[in-house]
Amino acid sequence: MTDTAPRTDDHRTEAPVETVTFTVNGVEVTAPKGQLVIEAAADAGTYIPHFCYHPRMRPVGMCRMCIVEIDTGRGPTLQPSCMIPVADAMVVDTRSPVTTKAQDGVLEFLLINHPLDCPVCDKGGECPLQDQTYAYGPGESRFVEEKRHFEKPIPISDLVLLDRERCILCDRCTRFADEVAGDTLIHFQDRGGQTQVNTFPGHPFASYFSGNTVQICPVGALTASPYRFKARPWDVAKDESTCTTCAVGCRTTVEVSRNRVLRMSGIDVDPVNWGWLCDKGRFGFEAVGDGRLTGPLLRRDEASELAPAPWSEALKVAGDALRWSRKTKPDGIAVLGGARLTNESAYAWAKLAKGVLGTDNVDAQLGDGLPPELVFGLPRATIDDVCAEGGTVLMLAPDLKEELPVLYLRLRDAVVHHGVTVVELSPQATTTTPLAAASLRHRPGEAGLVARALVGLDGGADPLDGDVTAARALLERADHLTIVLGRASLADGPSPIADAMAAVLETYPAAHVLTALRRGNVHGALDMGLSPGVLPGHVTLDEGRQWFTEAWGQVPEARGMDATGILNAAAAGAIDVLVLLGADPVADFPDHDLARRALEATAMVIAVDTHRNDSVELATVVLAAAGPHEVVGTTTNIEGRVSTVAGVVTPPGTARADWQLAAELAYRVGADLGLESEAGTWAEIERVAPSYAGITAELLASPAGRDGVLMPLTPELAAALDGSRVTIASRRSDMDPEAAQAALRAAAASTDEERQREQLAAKAEQSAEEAREVAEQLAAEGEAGAAGEGTATAHRPALLAFRPGAPTELPAVDAYGYRLVATRTLYDRGTRNRHSPSLAGLARTSQLRLNPIDADTLGVVAGARLRVSSPRGAVEVELALDPGLPRGSAGLHVNHGGGDPADLIDVTSPVTTVKVETLR
Amino acid sequence: MARFSAENEAVAREIVARYPVTKSATIPLCHLAQQQDGHLTTEAMAHVAELVGATEAEILGTASFYEMFRRHEVGTYCINVCTSISCFLRGSDELLEHAEETLGVKAGGTTDDGLFTLEGWECIAACTAAPALQVNYRYLHDVTPESFDTLVDDLRAGRRGDDIPPHGTLGRVRQQIPAPRVCGPADPARNVEPGWLGAAVPALDDGGRATPKPPPPPTDDKGAVS
Amino acid sequence: MITDAKPIVSTRFGLDDGHTLERYLATGGYEGLRAALRQAPADVVGQVKGASLLGRGGAGFPAGVKWGFCPPGKFPRYLVVNGDESEPGTYKDRMLMERDPHQLIEGVLIACYAVGCAQAFLYVRGEMAHAQERIAAALNEAYAAGYVGRDILGTGFSVDVILHMGAGAYIVGEETALIESLEGNRGMPRLKPPFFPAAIGLYGQPTIVNNVETLSNLPWIMVNGGHAFAAMGAESSRGMRLFAVSGHVRKPGIFEVEFGVTTYRDLIYSPLYGGGISGAHDLKAFIPGGASAPWFYEEHLDLPLEAGAVGKAGSMLGSGAVVVMDETTDVVRAAHRLVRFFARESCGKCTPCREGTGWLEKILARIIDGNGRPADVGVLMDVCDNISPGISWPPRQTTICPLGPSAVSPIASAVLRFRDEFEAYVGGAFESKVVVKGAAYGEAPRIPIAATTGGE
Ligand SMILES: Cc1cc2nc3c(=O)[nH]c(=O)nc-3n(C[C@H](O)[C@H](O)[C@H](O)COP(=O)(O)O)c2cc1C
Ligand code: SF4
Ligand code: FES
Repeated sequence: MTDTAPRTDDHRTEAPVETVTFTVNGVEVTAPKGQLVIEAAADAGTYIPHFCYHPRMRPVGMCRMCIVEIDTGRGPTLQPSCMIPVADAMVVDTRSPVTTKAQDGVLEFLLINHPLDCPVCDKGGECPLQDQTYAYGPGESRFVEEKRHFEKPIPISDLVLLDRERCILCDRCTRFADEVAGDTLIHFQDRGGQTQVNTFPGHPFASYFSGNTVQICPVGALTASPYRFKARPWDVAKDESTCTTCAVGCRTTVEVSRNRVLRMSGIDVDPVNWGWLCDKGRFGFEAVGDGRLTGPLLRRDEASELAPAPWSEALKVAGDALRWSRKTKPDGIAVLGGARLTNESAYAWAKLAKGVLGTDNVDAQLGDGLPPELVFGLPRATIDDVCAEGGTVLMLAPDLKEELPVLYLRLRDAVVHHGVTVVELSPQATTTTPLAAASLRHRPGEAGLVARALVGLDGGADPLDGDVTAARALLERADHLTIVLGRASLADGPSPIADAMAAVLETYPAAHVLTALRRGNVHGALDMGLSPGVLPGHVTLDEGRQWFTEAWGQVPEARGMDATGILNAAAAGAIDVLVLLGADPVADFPDHDLARRALEATAMVIAVDTHRNDSVELATVVLAAAGPHEVVGTTTNIEGRVSTVAGVVTPPGTARADWQLAAELAYRVGADLGLESEAGTWAEIERVAPSYAGITAELLASPAGRDGVLMPLTPELAAALDGSRVTIASRRSDMDPEAAQAALRAAAASTDEERQREQLAAKAEQSAEEAREVAEQLAAEGEAGAAGEGTATAHRPALLAFRPGAPTELPAVDAYGYRLVATRTLYDRGTRNRHSPSLAGLARTSQLRLNPIDADTLGVVAGARLRVSSPRGAVEVELALDPGLPRGSAGLHVNHGGGDPADLIDVTSPVTTVKVETLR
Repeated sequence: MARFSAENEAVAREIVARYPVTKSATIPLCHLAQQQDGHLTTEAMAHVAELVGATEAEILGTASFYEMFRRHEVGTYCINVCTSISCFLRGSDELLEHAEETLGVKAGGTTDDGLFTLEGWECIAACTAAPALQVNYRYLHDVTPESFDTLVDDLRAGRRGDDIPPHGTLGRVRQQIPAPRVCGPADPARNVEPGWLGAAVPALDDGGRATPKPPPPPTDDKGAVS
Repeated sequence: MITDAKPIVSTRFGLDDGHTLERYLATGGYEGLRAALRQAPADVVGQVKGASLLGRGGAGFPAGVKWGFCPPGKFPRYLVVNGDESEPGTYKDRMLMERDPHQLIEGVLIACYAVGCAQAFLYVRGEMAHAQERIAAALNEAYAAGYVGRDILGTGFSVDVILHMGAGAYIVGEETALIESLEGNRGMPRLKPPFFPAAIGLYGQPTIVNNVETLSNLPWIMVNGGHAFAAMGAESSRGMRLFAVSGHVRKPGIFEVEFGVTTYRDLIYSPLYGGGISGAHDLKAFIPGGASAPWFYEEHLDLPLEAGAVGKAGSMLGSGAVVVMDETTDVVRAAHRLVRFFARESCGKCTPCREGTGWLEKILARIIDGNGRPADVGVLMDVCDNISPGISWPPRQTTICPLGPSAVSPIASAVLRFRDEFEAYVGGAFESKVVVKGAAYGEAPRIPIAATTGGE
């Protein structure tokens, strides 16, 4: 679990760890066989300076900074400690005069052509080269020749600038691009003293992961345009947090100066993001400070515009509406959204809606998700499970690179470096397709049918493309099968996916599932009960009725409606008060027409949001909410891993945390939520939400919890995970449990980056241990005592389980139409992108993608203007040819501007068929 | 022209097919592109990238490592005067100066008529015939100012067309493997021991004489090999 | 000593049509292959081991021993022929490829048969268009005649030999860089140990890299037996070997001489070979084995061309390149010329080589331009020390491959031996604290002595 986990390929093998014993500077050290000298020395408290070595990438031995004298029995020779595995009886001397002189020499060589422009360099103050120079380097330069010159910083992408004069050619950025991201768009060019990093002319480093190169650059050669010249390390405050841009939940640091977020960096957390972030997560913080709602808005009568209003007035209007509905027709109240919220806020809103207002018409997903039974009613897989050496993964999911980018990085690593086999079933080719051992195309809507064929059940359908027999054989051969489950196309309803899952479970009942839902804290919001039919902590309304009645006073009588149901009801005039919790259905629901009709037909729309958007414009009351980085709390990722988010800046104007707004509104309807702080709310969640039992604030704050804690923390699961999970993490912490060593390392680490990583490593080492202890403690409390204090009488309810329903009924294939495939890309026109100046320009305009043969048949060429229509509406778009789409399917990207599939989709139908005509 | 012509693309595919891993064909294909265009164009590199299954940046990364790949236009004749040690000792610097005068360009430059690019080069493996030079990688040994001038005159007059093709063309004979004789690339992923290796009997049994066996090594009393 | 030993690899150098299959067959061609095929592969390896054929590429490792390093059970194995000859002073492989391509191809086939290689790549230096042409033509003939390709001579032994060319980069001669280059990458060496190409090479598979001359000896060894080969030469250096004698000699040329026995004096002065120093000059220094080798002087002339003896004297036989400098040579310029080569040819991977060789070249260029100061020589020596700690022979290195440290040899040789010439350039006496160890450099410490000693 440390950042110094060696990346040699044999590392995840099952065999017990063999160790070797050798000496470092005269001290005997025992280390696992195969570990690199630089890592083993670090574990033993001896820091060896380095630049090119990076724990998450293949060592290259380029910079030569880490050379030390190593004696393997034939006398000491200088060897790069980043390349040499430890061996028995090896003698390592990191301080000998020969070592020291050689290292000084390397440093001098690195500096002779370096511009030494530290005062104007962004890296100044946090630069390993600068630190190294102060620590080890010679005082004065003997180099009087002309330095190497390159044009000063050149943009290599929209986000990253490269100063080749500062570059020390460590190969980190280029290795990252090639090895980790698979976007080999930057490369060494030219040779010897003229070597430079650059792109191919006209082909920028357009990678979703480009910002990582800036983070790992050991000098100031790569800088991110959003951060350039913004701050110096000494005038920023740094906190640890979790990225909530998508649901992967990458751990980050957040840097703040003068109440502005300036930078996000990835933390190397072994179970999740390994230090990486995607560019949207890294740079999207700009939206926090851009175009925010700073106070409530109110539409005082139908005809007027939204206008600023005092909080008292806005809350009164909203509260009155809710109070009236609560009394007269609670199920006339509906709440949409919540995935933006922290767990605490989501819980407060769930408690308000279900416990106080009495409505179950609550849905955090906007027609783009999966029913809660599928999300947490199946045995869940962690990212590490999916990526375990030699495993097999069935992808029934959207394009990971577009929706859950760092999960894509992890899966890519697993396939490329750890023998993981991917079988993909999707309506169109994705970025995972090139990684897949088998990739099957299904006609939109037919995921369930092709899945049946895939797992060898009767009544299935053959794929449009791909060898189903070969794919079946791969699954049959799998001894460790996991499924990544999500919505590959928003034009298909969720039911075909449920059918597919049911089919797979029939043949592979032991398979575990990782849900690929994109929205930031959507898993947390569902866990907190923001979904029809469920209550906090993975229990159904019925199962949890008694327990939550005791905790909350009341729960709704019957299962309510999901987003589609709510909007349908609203459009029919059956919803009186619609609360939008950071939701913008008019732009973001897959069926625009329905969403707009619904909002227009609802008398009272209360929007709780950070920015104005299309739906806010239709609201009566707008409550300004605090956004990311402005509230402390917790979030839950795709795996069910709970981790903390930091509140590091104050919300703009008078904007308030969502949970506070819930508490205020409860008060206005004459109730008391009993929630007064984030900490208090978390304590209540831990106490009442069964799957969150044991995940205390203390645990989260402890070293064990700082990488996030996997939920639910049952003793059985903890034990089961211990046995089945094969990760670098558990292996490393098992063999090297002494945190003291890690602390030593931290002390020895000399750069900031280093120190930070060492500390993380130190705490990670304890975490497995502590998690186990907590689990044992829980077990010791016994089944009878399982219920926490304050809820002593009710039995802790059982957790939700998935039960397959009737298969989806599909309409006949229309030979003259095309089945629509609606997918997302990373840079859409969502709030985060539109309000982040650095990202806004990256969004592309929508194109209709057709298989080239279909385009031929239609007699149209790429670039042609087309009219695409469905019974719901029509859009005009340009044509792009895409052999990744099967014949008979038409692809459009959601929320891209200029032709949105949501203008065509009818969410009440499991598929959408469109007509395509040329425009003349 | 910049991408491969149809004819060259066919040659390129044939070359690619010889290698167990397609990227290995990068350098031969860049040569082919240079033969077609006289230098290595951006478009050609993009085409090479497609053919070998690498990114353009990788192709440029490889191509730019090697000095024979010229990424800008050069003369029809590239004259590389060796200035490494053996030629240096025998007057290469003076020869280069003479060449600069004769051609009217400095080393590194191209004559206005686009005919000659002159360069100082590192050792061309003609050390015992120093000073030496290459024109489009064809040798001139033991060069004197006179023989240099004759060479330039001949090239200008088109008298060397037979043995010195325009820049970019290397060997004019291409390796051709007749289909029935080809074994095909040895796939690194297929761990198969070649049939002949473990065979107990010699592969050829034509009654001919095998290599004479070495005389038995002298042994000491205990019979151990000393 | 000049011996009567008959040449082995250069017998067809004098023939106009020695490169054709017809002439090759008429002069005993492909008999070595037949002889090999009449034995089990293991016996062929035995013959080559018995011949104690040293690699001719520079490192001088016994070929038969190297072949034995392929891990058993790991296939396919590849053979890569190193025809990248680029080291200044070295000119022999080009001759072998242009004048006797079939001999090389035959050697390749014998090696593939013995080692069990399923495919061979003949990597010819990019600048050698003529050699490429000759090899392509010879391969086409040999394929057509059934010597190469599927089911060779009807024996079931099958191997493709693929002509591949480089594109101008000296470092690609280093075997791991050669492999990278053959994989279509930048020719940057890989670190070895832990893995040598014989274990993990081309495409991660066991790969034998052998020099052109090394392989060209195999047909003769197969026909005449390893012991006949081993009977020539002395000590560890057996058989015959090609030496290129260049620079200030009357008769520069490539000579195949009996290895281990013939001396440098024979090579440089014998009328059969170099014919003595050109003009009416004396010898000043000579490079005994390619640009990377520390220089030798008058006192080394009687050393035999034998790896051990030359090594003990502080230099190496290397690539068989003997470059002679007469007394008129400006050693500062000569050293600069050699260092410039390494600076230009550094692949750029290792910091000390990439930055250090360039720095050395710049200092020397400045000294030659008359802008040097005495302190510059001290910096030169210290930079050398940082590239190759201790400036010793054999050199220690802070780099992956020996290219960087190679730039140190000419500087240390010139500075230590011809101190006065440097002082004349920089205008005064200089000091250096670097302690030098290497027999050819004279015994340490040479430099700290402030007095001018000149070329003793
Ligand atoms: C910088 C450098 C350049 C080299 N250049 C060549 C070369 O041009 N030709 C060659 O055969 N070996 C060259 N070598 C030696 C090769 O690495 C390798 O040892 C040799 O090809 C092995 O073949 P052999 O055992 O038959 O000699 C070079 C080595 C180094 C370090
Ligand atoms: S020593 Fe020089 S040439 Fe050799 S690998 Fe290092 S940088 Fe490249
Ligand atoms: S860290 Fe080992 S060579 Fe760079």
